[in-house]
Formats: sequence, structure tokens, C-alpha cells
Amino acid sequence: MEGTTTNLIYLICISLFIIGLKKLSHPDSARTGNLLAAAGMIGAIIVTLLTPLESGANNYGWIAGGMVVGTAIGLTVARKIKMTAMPEMVSLFNGLGGACAMLISIVEFYNHPAGEPLLSGQMITTFFALFVGSISFTGSLVAYGKLDGFLRDSLVLPAPKLINMVLLLVIIALSAYTLMQPQLNFTYVIVILGLSLIYGITFVTPIGGGDMPVVISLLNSFTGIGAALAGLIYGNQVMLVGGILVGASGTILTILMCQAMNRSLINVIIGGFSASGGGTAQSGDEVVKEATYADTAIMLKYAQKVIVVPGYGMAVAQAQHTVHDLEKTLEEEGVGFKYAIHPVAGRMPGHMNVLLAEADVPYPKLLDLDDANKEFASTDVVLVIGANDVVNPAAKTDTASPIYGMPILDVEQAKNVIVLKRSMNPGYAGIQNQLFFGERTRMLFGDAKSSLSKLVEEVNNA
Amino acid sequence: MELLLNFISENLTMLYILVFIIFLGTEVISNVPTVLHTPLMSGANAISGVVIIGAIILIRQASADDYPILILGFFGILLAMINVAGGFAVTNRMLEMFKKKKK
Repeated sequence: MEGTTTNLIYLICISLFIIGLKKLSHPDSARTGNLLAAAGMIGAIIVTLLTPLESGANNYGWIAGGMVVGTAIGLTVARKIKMTAMPEMVSLFNGLGGACAMLISIVEFYNHPAGEPLLSGQMITTFFALFVGSISFTGSLVAYGKLDGFLRDSLVLPAPKLINMVLLLVIIALSAYTLMQPQLNFTYVIVILGLSLIYGITFVTPIGGGDMPVVISLLNSFTGIGAALAGLIYGNQVMLVGGILVGASGTILTILMCQAMNRSLINVIIGGFSASGGGTAQSGDEVVKEATYADTAIMLKYAQKVIVVPGYGMAVAQAQHTVHDLEKTLEEEGVGFKYAIHPVAGRMPGHMNVLLAEADVPYPKLLDLDDANKEFASTDVVLVIGANDVVNPAAKTDTASPIYGMPILDVEQAKNVIVLKRSMNPGYAGIQNQLFFGERTRMLFGDAKSSLSKLVEEVNNA
Repeated sequence: MELLLNFISENLTMLYILVFIIFLGTEVISNVPTVLHTPLMSGANAISGVVIIGAIILIRQASADDYPILILGFFGILLAMINVAGGFAVTNRMLEMFKKKKK
């Protein structure tokens, strides 16, 4: 009787997850969707806490402790975190979920009764959960480190493909060997755990920071699969369905992102940007032309149409509000002002949209890649704010370039291009940008936020 | 081989659910505007914290003095709970900004 009630409530929770995800994919209903999914999660947790069990001491004290501390940390971090640091936060949260799947499978091995046959579907599933959870854990931590900036791309492993291949084969072979034994040897499990954790690190480390959005999305689907496998171990439908939903959504997002960069997933994983070498390096003979604030301000004020191309530099400088100020100032002067958003600008898909939304930039002013490219030819001034690889013409012209084939924003078609940039350092993919040396390009060096506020001032004075 | 077949027949319903949900999941999620990619990823990430259910079951099934399980399970719940609470809260914060702007 109680089992039936539990399963019915689980079914409602599962429906809430699915409806929530569905609503999350439309702008109008997204907020409701998130709340519905959260309600489903709370329901599932409460039912799991209350369902009577055949054996066990319940240990509610331990559960309450973990939940209270976890909730407190989670909510505090979510409230305090800056909007610009959102991608690394999602990556970190994702790693913690993976760690939980990993811990569950360790306990499953620990609990395995002596004498029971080892070679069973149950045990194979547990090995998978251990492997997937561990990769998701350490891989997400590396992705977090790369986005946060304390792990640099220059940290290169020797022969990463070989290391990964060997590690993977050893993990599979050792797992199979462990299952063949008459008794479970816990030492082997610990060794496999260690190797899987290392694999997570060596899997993500060679992938360049420019590809991190794809990696986070992929690791997100790994965590989902880990949760689903754990659900299979316990015969628990909520875990299975919730996990698979995330696994599927993560995979779809990953594929969408790879399409935006015109690369295959295999290409991202095996031949990461930093691993594939620098392409054609510039000799440094060419000279960039610097712009002055006064000239740029006048150019902007008397333009018909201005398009802003934001990138990670805008996020770092927290310049989204200042951009919006410039937008308002110029619109008062009758200038058409729009934003061109490249699908992979920033460190996450939609990263720029979130930042601009925070600054109250109206929705219809954001152009996607195709629409923006139709408009550049009739644009007077393009302001590139801390974007680099997404406007690099080498993606179209230079077959040797690591980003060759990625669709870019064709800003060089505009009458004038002003690039706001801190220095001449190459972008995240580590390659030089020919755009900066172009005929119509002027550089405005400095922090994006202070440069923009100076521009607003100059426009008002001009 | 027989082992594998046994496992499949024991979990046949689960496998049916698994396959259908894969189709459902891809169907529900395709056709998402780029604007919502980050919130969607964050929301999906919060849902993956459903793994906490496993940690709860595992602690409840343990006896009161089985400290290795209790400690591992405690950390499992702690970490997954950060994922769940933080994930939904962060997603909500992102989406609130979209709402404010719509006026």
C-alpha cells in the first residue's frame, strides 16, 4: 500500500520535472518551469524520507545534518555569486552532483555481501556509476579552475591522447578483472576510483578554455547519466527519469554548441584548441591603429547605426551597465543601437544574454549570428567589446587556423570597427586576430568599463 | 551472456522507461532559444541533483553504528544538496532578470 503511494507521488514528481524542463525552454514560462522542477525535487525528497523501509535505522540525524548544511551553503553561494561568475558556478555545482553519484557507488561496493556473485548487471552498473560520477567530479573542478582563471591553458600534458587512451583501457580492464574474481577486492575498487578521478582531470585539461562551454554541458550530461545509473541500482524511478532527462538535455545542448562552432564533438574532445597548435603566427610587423576617445565619440554620435559585439572581456570588466548607458545616450541622439550575440561568445551559451538582461537591455535589441551578419554591411560603427575569436576572420580564410570553419560575426564589412581591448594579447584560443590590423579597424586599449564611461562622457560633451 | 539476459529481464520496465525518456528528453529540449541556454543548463544541472535520493535511501538502510556508510552518505547528501539548492536558486536568479526586463 505504502509502496503504491510512494510510486504515485514519484510519478507526479517526474511529471513536474518534465513539465518544468519544457517550460524552461520558453522565455515567458521559464521561471514557472524552474519553480515546478524545484517543487518536484522537494516532493521526491520528502517522500523518500517518509517511505517505511524493511530494514535500517533511518539515521534521520545524519540526513538532516547533511541537508541543512548543504542547503545553507547552496543558497548562500547562489545569492552572493556575481552574475559574471555564473558559468564556473554551474560547473562547480555539477561536479558536486557527480561526487554524490561516486560516493553512492563506493558504498554499494562496500555493502556488497560476501559470497554473492560479482558478475551481475547490478555490479556492472555500479562500476559505470563510479566511473561516470568520478569523471564528472574532477572534470568539473578542472573546468571551474580554467574558467576562474587559476588553471591556465598553458598547463599542457605530454601526449594527452595517449595518456587518456591508456587510462581508459586500464580502467576497463581492471573493472572486468575485478568482476571475474570470486570475492570482491575492495583495493581494486579504490584503485579504479583513483584512476577514474585522474581520468577526469586528464580528459578536461588538454581542452582549451574556449571550448569550456561544450565541456561543462557534456559533464552536465555525465552527472545526469551517473544519477540515472544510481537509479538503476536502487530501482528508483525518480532518479532514473531525472538523470536521463538531464543526460539527454546535456547531450542536445552539447551538440547545439558544437554546431555553432562548426566542429564535431570528437574534434573538440580529441583535438582541443590548445593541443592543436597555434596556426599561423603573425610576425608582428603590422601596426595597429589606435583610436582616441574624442574621435570615437564623434564617430558614434553622428552614426546612423551602431552594433555592439560583446565578448568575455565585457563580462570580466562588468561593463554591461556602462554599455547600456552608452546605448541610452546614443539613442537620445537618434542613433540606432543593437547588439550582435555570437552563439559561443563568453564562456557559456547565452552568457552575454544573461549579462545584458541584468543591465535591462531590451530583448529585441539582441541580434543572433545570421541576422547580425545581414546588418553589418549597412552599419556605420561596430564596437567590439572584449570579443576576439568570434570576430576573427582567420576562421574563414586560414585553413591552418585552429578555429577554421567556425561561423563568425563579419564585422569587417562595417564602415568602422572600434575594438575595445585591454592589450594586444591573443584571445582564449591563443591565436592572433587579423581583424585588429584591418584597414577600417581602430583599437581603444584599456579596461572596457572605464573606456565606455569615458566614451559616454565624450558623447555628452561633443 | 545469460547473466546479462537475466539482468535485462529483471529490469525490463526500467529499461523501457529509460529508452522512452531519452526520446522524451531530446524532444522536450530541442528548440530552445539561445537566450535560455545558460538558465536551461543550470536548471537541468539542479535536476541532476536528484542523485540525493540515492544517498538518502543508502543512509536510511544503514544501521546506526555503520560509520563508514554514514559518513560517506552524509557527504553525499551534503554535496548533492548544495547542487540542488544552489542550482535552483541560481536558475531562479537568472530568470528573475529576464522577467524584470520584459515590462
